[in-house]
Amino acid sequence: MGSPPATRSAREVRDSVVIRFAGDSGDGMQLTGLRFTQETALAGSDLATFPDYPAEIRAPAGTTYGVSAFQIHFGARDITSVGDELDVLVAMNPAALKVSLPDLRMGGAVLVDTGAFTDRNLQKAGYEKNPLDDETLAPYQMLKLDVTRHTLDAVEGLGLSQKEALRCRNMWALGLMLWMYGRSRKATVEWIEKKFVKEPPVRDANLKALNAGHAFGETAEMPSHVSGYSVAAAELPVGVYRTVSGTEALAWGLLAGARKAGLKRVMLGSYPITPASPLLHTMAGMKDYGVVTFQAEDEIAAICAAIGASYAGALGVTSSSGPGIALKGEALGLAVATELPLIVVNAQRAGPSTGMPTKNEQSDLYQAVFGRNGDAQLPVVAVATPSDSFEVGIEAVRLATKYMTPVILLTDGFLANAAEPWLIPDANAIPEFPVRYRTDPEGFMSFSRDDATLARPWAVPGTPGLEHRIGGLERSWQTGNISYDPDNHQRMTELRSDKIRGIADDIPPQAVALGEERGAVAIVGWGSTYGPIHQAVQNLRERKLDVSHIHLRYLWPLPANLGDLLRNFSRVIVPEMNTGQLLTVLRAVYLLPAEGINKVTGKPFKVTEIERVVRARLEDRR
Amino acid sequence: MTVTLPKPSPKDYASDQEVRWCPGCGDYAILKAVQKTLADLGVKRENTVFISGIGCAARFPYYVSTYGFHTIHGRAPAIATGAKLANPDLDIWVITGDGDGLSIGGNHMLHLLRRNVDLQVILFNNEVYGLTKGQYSPTSHRGFKSPSTPLGSVDNPIAPGAFALGVGARFVARSIDTLTPHLVDVLKRAHGHRGTSFVEVFQNCVVFNDGAFSAFTDKSIAPEQQLHLEHGKPMVFGKAKDKGIRIKPGALKLEAVMLGDGIAMDDLLVHDETNHTQAQMLVALRPPEFPVALGVIYCDPAPSYEREALAQVNADGLVGVDLNAIMRKGRTWKIGDDA
Repeated sequence: MGSPPATRSAREVRDSVVIRFAGDSGDGMQLTGLRFTQETALAGSDLATFPDYPAEIRAPAGTTYGVSAFQIHFGARDITSVGDELDVLVAMNPAALKVSLPDLRMGGAVLVDTGAFTDRNLQKAGYEKNPLDDETLAPYQMLKLDVTRHTLDAVEGLGLSQKEALRCRNMWALGLMLWMYGRSRKATVEWIEKKFVKEPPVRDANLKALNAGHAFGETAEMPSHVSGYSVAAAELPVGVYRTVSGTEALAWGLLAGARKAGLKRVMLGSYPITPASPLLHTMAGMKDYGVVTFQAEDEIAAICAAIGASYAGALGVTSSSGPGIALKGEALGLAVATELPLIVVNAQRAGPSTGMPTKNEQSDLYQAVFGRNGDAQLPVVAVATPSDSFEVGIEAVRLATKYMTPVILLTDGFLANAAEPWLIPDANAIPEFPVRYRTDPEGFMSFSRDDATLARPWAVPGTPGLEHRIGGLERSWQTGNISYDPDNHQRMTELRSDKIRGIADDIPPQAVALGEERGAVAIVGWGSTYGPIHQAVQNLRERKLDVSHIHLRYLWPLPANLGDLLRNFSRVIVPEMNTGQLLTVLRAVYLLPAEGINKVTGKPFKVTEIERVVRARLEDRR
Repeated sequence: MTVTLPKPSPKDYASDQEVRWCPGCGDYAILKAVQKTLADLGVKRENTVFISGIGCAARFPYYVSTYGFHTIHGRAPAIATGAKLANPDLDIWVITGDGDGLSIGGNHMLHLLRRNVDLQVILFNNEVYGLTKGQYSPTSHRGFKSPSTPLGSVDNPIAPGAFALGVGARFVARSIDTLTPHLVDVLKRAHGHRGTSFVEVFQNCVVFNDGAFSAFTDKSIAPEQQLHLEHGKPMVFGKAKDKGIRIKPGALKLEAVMLGDGIAMDDLLVHDETNHTQAQMLVALRPPEFPVALGVIYCDPAPSYEREALAQVNADGLVGVDLNAIMRKGRTWKIGDDA
């Protein structure tokens, strides 16, 4: 990274900065945020992102519910959360300002496009008076720029329609923000050139707008109160990095897992659903690597096709979100009963029912652990951060193939879309766990079990001498023939249960993510709350409070040492984006008086929210 | 030296499991016909898979000595599609019924047929729910009295053949459970067809719907009420081969006629398996006005789904995939001394 260009106003040196790009859902805010993220990552910052967009593809323009936002928290230190408060807000219209202003910290900077503050847009945003003309923005550093005018000027002469020209406003704003943080435009230029290779006028317009925004920062007289921030590169471990979204990392994890299992094929059966569809898209782009994707007619067909693929010897994968997982329930039971490997990805969203498809929640834990008819246990694992998806993906494949069982992998809309820098692992260093299909007909019985794992053999159609029948009817514990024998059902139910319980001895003991292994308070989390919990615990510890962070990847079965570990703490507090699901599981399994912190607003926890509640509860105690 | 293996017999395709259908059930005859078909074709047991849903018919896979998968209600087409995508060389038969395939699994059947996955579907149509004890099914006629319709059903029934043709099936055939030689011929044709072969078999449920098809299966009237189709042959029926089907002059509809009295063999329709419009008219023929059309009603092959889908995928699968290269594609950066 070169040194930042000279600025007229002094740059404030900051450890970390939170920026939000907010605009209409048609303003290209997600794209702008992703480009800024890329340049920031390339400059060596650590970062976390939070895309927040409406469920409607094009919500009515100018309305508050049509606001699409992209938040990035980047810095010179380890960044784990997306940031509680904004340091900088880029508001492309009045609605975006209205929605995001409450999140801007006092004294933070706000860039508004005055050209978009028309009477009509103000009215649609519900402003009776123009907030640029009154005291609304007085507590902030305001940067009023007619981005609309500047953009139109920049792209003039390229033969674009007014509408096409206005679509470049985001690039102008991006150019200015890249200048403010001394970031390069190189990767953005390359990206624009590639994306619009077939539309030279659009390409040129985007480039001109980007460069014009940048040049404006460099040459224009900025108001003296507006300062840029200087953020140094983070001290990250040595290696090759890239930015990775949770979806990409998961797709690679599944691919890597299948490869490490020695399987020839991955077959993803899926049905479009927010926020799980990106996995289908990503894996549909992996055909060159032998990945087969099948967009099924419905959620049930999607999982059934995956089961059929596993039956035929491939790695069957299906992906969905809560409502779709509900539809897959019966088929999941079939996979449990027939003991076939299967990966079920649930990108959770706010429920119940259709709920809030683009908003985040972690309220499908009960569904994952308990949500089937019959005694139908299966392993449940959860992703904590975007890049963690890679490891969890591999682990899900290991468990599914080693134990011949469906595995539910819980992620969520935030993790699926959020991105972070990732030290790319060396795939060759990942241990292999080769699958051995049964091929020997001698003594073959379809439900005889491995002594150690209790897994049944994977006997794939096409193998001579192993012809056999499986199904959802209860089967004899060795031969696999249909059996209604009472003792056999007792035995089979116990075997299936013991097989899953046994996995607890084959997973790493639960470690403490931050802090001591015993003490006053353990904050126990799972899933995408990792960032805010971690930061909150760090802050509490800086205040000399005896608090540790424990984050669970394995939710069923729970790690063998977890009960003892939790009993080392006087108090166990479980922050969750639900009304207390892990809390119930922990209380039920360990008979612990654990207590919850629960938030279900569709937005991530803020660090301060967790910190405040923990401190208040500790003070209560005294 | 080559060894001549003995020709397989139907018994080679029977599993060691006791068959448990009601005595006199039409399923026994279908099982025998399928086992004979497999033996005549000499299919490899290890390569053959029977996949079923739920219902009386769905027990079928347990009785065949090949691979078998008794799945969940209505979902066999989806599971078969996935298996075919994982291994297109498997020879798959989907066994289903009127409730399994056209009610709870109607959606999957629709999509299986329109996609044209290369496998055979045998739909056992007995116009009743047998396993759950006699409720009306989606193929039951209006007025059908059952435990769930004590005053008679007011549902309009679905015609399986018309459904299949309507959603784009490329092979539609019909036969009768006890018409063994005919059924075997139809199953052989179905097996030879590339793409989804849809075979509806009229199957008598002796317990809950006995005689449902007697209007065209009773020995006394069968020749007069069955039209056995043969590609390229005129549509003749009747014990004395004295009746036929022709286009009604001046209308786009079929007409059953007596030969003689000014109507000659040349006036009759010649069966063309590739004629979709004609097939749609044939599946709709009903007694007593018309004989029931049996045999291969429609056959017009098109590329199968799994071949086309897999043609887009690297044939070597994951073998040889370089994970490190994949994860380092696109923009990366180095942190460290050598950056």
